[in-house]
Amino acid sequence: MKSRIVLDVSKLPLHGMGNASLTWWGTCAFMLIEGSGFALAIAVYFYLMSMAPEWPINAPAPDLWAGTWLTILLVASVIPNILVSSWAGKSDLRKVRIGLVVMSLMGILPLALRIFEFPALHILWDQNAYGSITWVLLGLHTTHILTDLIDTLVLACLMFSKHADNPRRYGDVEDNALYWNFVVVAWLPIYACIYWVPRL
Amino acid sequence: MTGVDRISPDVLDLDLQDAEVERHLSRTWGTSPGFWGAIATVDHKVIARRYIATAFVFLILGGLLALAMRLQLARPESRLIDPDRYNQIFTMHGTNMMFLFAVPVMGAMAIYLVPLMVGTRNVAFPRLNAFSYWIFLIGGSLLWLSFALDAAPDVGWFAYVPLSGPQYSPGKRTDLWAQMITFTEVSALAIAIEVVVTVFKQRAPGMSLDRIPVLVWAMVVMSFQVIMAMPSIMFASTTLILDRLVGTQFYNPAEGGDALLWQHLFWFFGHPEVYIIFLPAVGMVSSMLPTFVGRPIFGYLALVMALITTGILSFGLWVHHMFVVGLPRMGESFFTASSMAIAVPAGIQIFCWLATLWLGRPVFRVPLLFIIGFIVTFVMGGMTGVMVASVPFDTQVHDTYFVVAHFHYVLVGGAVFPLLGAIYYWFPKMTGRMMSETLGRWAFGLIFVGFHLTFFPMHILGLQGMPRRIYTYQPELPWSGLNLFISISSLILALGFLVFFVDVLRSWRHGLPAGPNPWGASTLEWATPSPPPPYNFLRIPVVQDRNPLRPEDKELPVAAGLRVDRRELLVTSVVEALPEARESSPQNSIWPFWAALATSFMLVWSIFSPWAVVWGAIPVAVALIAWFWPKGTPEDEA
Amino acid sequence: MQSAWDAQGHSAEVLKHLMLGIIGVCTLIWLLVVLMLFAALVKRRGQAPLQGEHAERKTRLVVYLSVAVTTIIVAGLTLASFFATRDLVVGRDMDLTVRIKGQQWWWQVTYEGSSFGPRFQTANELHIPVGRNVRLELESIDVIHSFWVPSLAGKQDMIPGRMNVLTLRAERPGVYRGQCAEFCGLQHSHMALMVVAQDDDQYRRWAQAQALDAAVPDDTEVQAGRAVFMRKPCAACHTVRGTEAQGSSGPDLTHVGGRRTIAAGLLETTRGSLAAWTADPQTLKPGTNMPIVPLTSEELQQVSAYMETLK
Repeated sequence: MKSRIVLDVSKLPLHGMGNASLTWWGTCAFMLIEGSGFALAIAVYFYLMSMAPEWPINAPAPDLWAGTWLTILLVASVIPNILVSSWAGKSDLRKVRIGLVVMSLMGILPLALRIFEFPALHILWDQNAYGSITWVLLGLHTTHILTDLIDTLVLACLMFSKHADNPRRYGDVEDNALYWNFVVVAWLPIYACIYWVPRL
Repeated sequence: MTGVDRISPDVLDLDLQDAEVERHLSRTWGTSPGFWGAIATVDHKVIARRYIATAFVFLILGGLLALAMRLQLARPESRLIDPDRYNQIFTMHGTNMMFLFAVPVMGAMAIYLVPLMVGTRNVAFPRLNAFSYWIFLIGGSLLWLSFALDAAPDVGWFAYVPLSGPQYSPGKRTDLWAQMITFTEVSALAIAIEVVVTVFKQRAPGMSLDRIPVLVWAMVVMSFQVIMAMPSIMFASTTLILDRLVGTQFYNPAEGGDALLWQHLFWFFGHPEVYIIFLPAVGMVSSMLPTFVGRPIFGYLALVMALITTGILSFGLWVHHMFVVGLPRMGESFFTASSMAIAVPAGIQIFCWLATLWLGRPVFRVPLLFIIGFIVTFVMGGMTGVMVASVPFDTQVHDTYFVVAHFHYVLVGGAVFPLLGAIYYWFPKMTGRMMSETLGRWAFGLIFVGFHLTFFPMHILGLQGMPRRIYTYQPELPWSGLNLFISISSLILALGFLVFFVDVLRSWRHGLPAGPNPWGASTLEWATPSPPPPYNFLRIPVVQDRNPLRPEDKELPVAAGLRVDRRELLVTSVVEALPEARESSPQNSIWPFWAALATSFMLVWSIFSPWAVVWGAIPVAVALIAWFWPKGTPEDEA
Repeated sequence: MQSAWDAQGHSAEVLKHLMLGIIGVCTLIWLLVVLMLFAALVKRRGQAPLQGEHAERKTRLVVYLSVAVTTIIVAGLTLASFFATRDLVVGRDMDLTVRIKGQQWWWQVTYEGSSFGPRFQTANELHIPVGRNVRLELESIDVIHSFWVPSLAGKQDMIPGRMNVLTLRAERPGVYRGQCAEFCGLQHSHMALMVVAQDDDQYRRWAQAQALDAAVPDDTEVQAGRAVFMRKPCAACHTVRGTEAQGSSGPDLTHVGGRRTIAAGLLETTRGSLAAWTADPQTLKPGTNMPIVPLTSEELQQVSAYMETLK
């Protein structure tokens, strides 16, 4: 079939930012998948709770300090995270570099605190269903932090490499920041489940 | 890798003649020859063809298992197959047909057709697409390997605990099943993401939401269902493995766990799963039908709304697989009502197709025959669906051959018939050659008649009290006659499929050349040559109508201004499809293959040791970093 | 004998009427759709297809109407199911309570004490008085099973860690076969049970006889069989009330000779089938939990003679 040119797209930008970027949508889809997973895990938590005569089963409620400090830390990390994102939006390479280093630390610190969370549960995964779901919730979220941390570290390395000054990279930084916000938001209901629901 | 003999950068197709554009695009988008070129390709058409072919191989294998079961059930107390092997066979049949055939083949059709139908050059994440196929291939092969070694799962495709738990299924069979589920989940989720983003962001300029072909809508709804439903089975299969491997207590009632939790999780995925298979099939019907009646589809908006409604409702039905587990009366009434309610959007679609046929002039080619067979068969499956949706009715037929009949009517009648029609319809596009009209009629006739003779009597057997999943039955029960009849009829059905496959193989080599648009269809995939070149469209089409290829048009309106020396495609806005950016599309890469191998290694190892998740993750991370690390190609420029 | 159409119990009859109604309505709808389909296929052969607002208007009206009718029918069927479920309830008064425990691959049946007789245990055969409401308490000790006697009532799952209740009321005397309906492993196919519905007197006599201990043999061969049974591993798994055999992992054999079938409906009870089963259970029912117990042919004779007398 013959074709007739009716539209010239040569003036369009070579990479869309924000929701004109494919990776932004990919990140959103990924968050939707994980969000469904977390919602489901929490649903299972309440399902098992509704089956049990007492909750927690044969264990005291978890100690609060490690989880609570971790929560404070995560919530606080949102501020530098948003800053990095806006610097990336302005293509400010120097600030983005600093920001990514800070965010790498903001990823490592919660993992250090997480080590103290598992013993604070006062139950093992194989003792009963309460222990199992609590460990799985905590484990899932640990994986979550870990994957974003690795992503942040790789991005930080990239931003110090020759590939750095590129709108595509700044887009990646923004998407990574978006994902970290999700890591933080997803933690809040899990924190409530693990630490406060057993105290109800 | 392309890029050798590169032309000067920033060459736009605006400045070049068509032949020149074609030459450059072929080099930029092509797949390198040789083994590694084949492994590294990210061309959605190549991957989709592999996907479809692999899925059909699994269909053949699953069909052979079905024949083996029919052989065993032909006579009472037959000792051809022992119970252990029989349990493996029906578990494999179900698992294979659902996870290795039906879901992947629908996803594969999506990754072949969606980019062509929305007028773009590749899917949104081409490397993820390649990764998805390798994961699917490895997972499926592993499952069949276990069957060959007489170590296949034997607890049913639903793997109910506690039968599948550590106490009653020792050994690794069930772990293998659960992990194979993870493989297929990962590949299905990858496809879902690609489809959603491709449709949202890569539609041809002007293809606003109300101009998207119905099939593409169906694929979008299917993808969202995958995204929402698959995490459920992933959580279920992972916790099952944990229960079996490290002693968690999710499903152990003695330690606060619950056997029914598994069923809730499984069916929260399992019911949408049916629609994950079915919606693409009805989308195919809606997209093929206009071609054979000479007029656009009747009730486009109603059809799209029905698809979306079905997609949403499908998440409120899972309990109707659990009507006899002893749930509260209130819940039963709610789920009866919701299960019945899904008949309404299904009805809307049927009526729209009937109206399309009524207003049009039918041309009886093979795809239309399959559509007619589909309507006749699927409506029957829908009717028995209404029956099992009623809790009291279901208490008499649940887990009997009545249900076996019902879901084969829905899945074979409702999904495989349209799929076969779709293969006849799009085969010319995929290969450049037509399939045989004569063999096609034979295939349709044999499959249609063989199917009904095989599955209709199962309704009666079910009502006569024959339960599912039994490897034999006693001679004094009144089931032998019908069972023998079914077994013989299944040979007719098998013969029909044989004719179909012969036709496919023959037409592949010797079919008549098809030309770009042999059916006179009106959707964009027919604007490309058959088979389409690696870059799909020489120039991206501009869409001005819901049916962009109207017969009266002599010219295709297109957009120009894309680079030809790097993979570039158009990103458009979600609602109006207004051009937003000229985005680059990733080059071929070997890393998705390595990432898939590393992931498979980790998943299989984790059946044996929980530490696999830690150590096995390292090669996965390495492969992923190599995958994403910029290689300094023109695609990385912006 | 095992069919939803051969309704001999209150529930099965209610269900049968509901099923006939729904199947009738659905068949009618299917015929209408297929009729419409073929009418549409032949109607415009050779004519140009219709397009445009004008042509579609009338068709659209018909489609609207069809959707409305579909909705009404679906609502009607939902209501019909709801009322049928309500009719299944036979009243609150239970004449008899029986606890049935499903296990791989047989049924343990325990009768609670009632006006008909004291508490006792049996297996794979359920006797009920005709016209009485019998409360079944369904449990499982291993995997999920499902209790289903189609001629009497719809099925109900037996789930470990939970108890489900099903009410049976047989309207006519007879023997009704049932079979496990949830896949439960290797011998899911051979997990049947017989329900014997009898009038009150017959049932009472049966129940009182079942509650008695096993008969003491006077025949020498039977006595020898009993000795073999006690000496060999048999007694470790089976109970014969009134003897030292107190095992509980296999069926209670106190009155096994009086039951219609052995091995959960696998074989008719005869001396020959008892011998065959004892000699080689793994061939008759591959995977069953009953092991092969090495016996000489003489011991086998004696044991089967003993089993046969346990009426």
